[in-house]
Amino acid sequence: MPHITRRSLAAATAVLLGATALTACGSSDSGDEGGAASGPVSLTYWAWAPGMDKVAALWNAEHPDIQVTVQKQASGDDLVTKIITATKAHKGPDLVQAEYQALPTLVSNDALADIAPEVQGAKDKFAPGIWQQTTFGGEAVYALPQDSGPLMFFYREDLFKQYGLTVPTTWDEFAETARALKKKAPKKALTTFSANDAGLFAGLSQQAGAKWWTFEGDTWKVGIEDAATKKVTDFWGGLVAEGAVDNQPMYTPAWNKALNTGEQLAWVSAVWAPGTLTTAAPDTKGKWAMAPLPQWNKGETATGSWGGSSTAVTTDSKHKAAAAKFATWLNTDPKALEALVKESGIYPAATAAQTSGALAQAPAFFPNQADFYTRAAEIAKTTAPAAWGPNVNVAYTSFKDEFGKAAKAKSGFDAALAKVQTTTVADLSKQGFEVAK
Amino acid sequence: MTGLASPAVRKGAPAAGTTPGVPQGPPAPRRTALLPTAALVLGALYCLLPVAWVLVAATKPASDLFSTFTFLPGDGLGDNVSDLTAYREGIYWRWMGNSVLYAGLGAVLSTVVSAFAGYALAVYRFRGREAFFNIMLTGVLMPPVILAIPQYLLMAEADLTDTYASVLLPLVLSPYGVYLGRIYAEAAIPMELVEAGRVDGAGEWRIFLRIAVPMMSPGLVTIFLFQFVAIWNNFLLPFIMLGDDEKFPMTVGLFTLLKQGASQPSLYNLVITGALLAIVPLIALFLVIQRFWSLDLLSGAVKS
Repeated sequence: MPHITRRSLAAATAVLLGATALTACGSSDSGDEGGAASGPVSLTYWAWAPGMDKVAALWNAEHPDIQVTVQKQASGDDLVTKIITATKAHKGPDLVQAEYQALPTLVSNDALADIAPEVQGAKDKFAPGIWQQTTFGGEAVYALPQDSGPLMFFYREDLFKQYGLTVPTTWDEFAETARALKKKAPKKALTTFSANDAGLFAGLSQQAGAKWWTFEGDTWKVGIEDAATKKVTDFWGGLVAEGAVDNQPMYTPAWNKALNTGEQLAWVSAVWAPGTLTTAAPDTKGKWAMAPLPQWNKGETATGSWGGSSTAVTTDSKHKAAAAKFATWLNTDPKALEALVKESGIYPAATAAQTSGALAQAPAFFPNQADFYTRAAEIAKTTAPAAWGPNVNVAYTSFKDEFGKAAKAKSGFDAALAKVQTTTVADLSKQGFEVAK
Repeated sequence: MTGLASPAVRKGAPAAGTTPGVPQGPPAPRRTALLPTAALVLGALYCLLPVAWVLVAATKPASDLFSTFTFLPGDGLGDNVSDLTAYREGIYWRWMGNSVLYAGLGAVLSTVVSAFAGYALAVYRFRGREAFFNIMLTGVLMPPVILAIPQYLLMAEADLTDTYASVLLPLVLSPYGVYLGRIYAEAAIPMELVEAGRVDGAGEWRIFLRIAVPMMSPGLVTIFLFQFVAIWNNFLLPFIMLGDDEKFPMTVGLFTLLKQGASQPSLYNLVITGALLAIVPLIALFLVIQRFWSLDLLSGAVKS
């Protein structure tokens, strides 16, 4: 979209830190705010999580002066484009639900307001690795974390017993388990390496300590081909090449079938996996168990995240303070969080909510693991920080193309990773960002 | 099926058969042209298989959707429909109503505009007529997709985004409809007839409404159907224009069931059932309008 002028995140951040540009915009806001005091403020909120309108209804009942209308949208990159276009035309909603990896894109397009003054004290309610994703490590706060997806290891308890396998605690053990299973049951596979969702791969790289986008001075540095990510690609590329794990993509009918029939015994996934398994593998209820993600070195505890989103206030909003107030309530108030868990089926980012309320019980699909959410909360605390940049979508698309080909050919992933790196760097400089070579 | 068209065909047929001088040998054995037939069968399968898949998949309960044989029907159609109806208090039917409004009203408006413009371009000679028509033609080549965002920005200037009008207005002028209207009016309306009308003292409006429109009606039905289907299937324009999900047409609405974030499973069986129900009005419309539609260029008042 050439009409969208791209501003570097640098400029935006620097300006916000200097508190000039947006407070300048904000001056008109405060004028509206003054007018708003006389009558009720109505806010629009673009969100995709199911049942969000019911959660907002709770707020509306208690806050007659700030009424929130949820307008349900479809998630994904298209929505990011839509938000940017709408805020450019000054027709944007007041609040948006945004995935963490989309935040730099939105901020560099000047679509999200800094709500740091309005949300003081919210920081302590979230794990540092999550909070960092909405602040980029600076003073400005561009969104409040809503849900998170810490990575975990899901496996078929019954089949692990049947084949005499132990739950791997390190990636080396994971590889051994995959090989042992292949020896005992050549038709089965421990899991698959899927090239159709870069989110999981990003999470696995995060766990290894990868920082894909970093920002210094006024230049971006793309580290997709860094040592940590290389470790992850070599590991999975090796397993795929030797045939120890499958190379078929996830979220296909064939994959559903493989999970449902026990052809695949495990799934490296996030805390929301029970929901997916309910529809993908309905016959396996009660046969799964969850364990922490295998570690690179024995004794470590780190995980990455896959998915998760936040609530942000747009620069276009005329009621920034009211919107930030709602966002704070939505993501930190126990009542709101319980409703979010129940109505929207999310895993809350707020630490206190991860073991209380609706999450006091195990998911219905995991009746055999009563302490599911207690363990999940322990794991969630160890989420490694993620480093997103302004063109995550480009990197993800390139990942899909390159790794898809490489996984099919079982040829190792080195060349594919190099290609993702160069594609991402090239796109970033084409967009007008300063990129370190 | 074409009660009105068949006389015209019959009129032509004997003339060809009785042409003198053509040797009338023994009737050649009917040969089926294998290659074209095979190509057409393949084409038909290519078009119909996905429809058949939707038809079968809509009958499966969510648990069977990907686990039973692809073309084995299930027994969940009733449940799927009632689940879809129950989803967010029946918002699906609201989307269906919106789609009917956008497609119905949009197609009527653009047919009216196309009829006016097409007739004027065909019958009147005025300065800049060809230039205007050629500019319209470039509009035919322009995919509507690339216009969606500029149109959004224009609507934002006029403060019309997120309204029913924002989806309807850009559809009113259809370059393809105007193009069809012109070539159809040129072919169907003989100038003699227009002039005869003028000699008899009819005004231009009267000639247009009483003489031209009835003669153009098969063409106008075609334009209406094209526009109806195009708007019914339109996705990007309403996706960009509308923020309020109560105003969504079905295409955009169903999309929100598919994409609910990484942690939420897509509601495939509801979307498939919704897609199946969405083609029912189209099929009904085609069945009803077909009889007006296939008249084609055969009908007319003056034989040349």
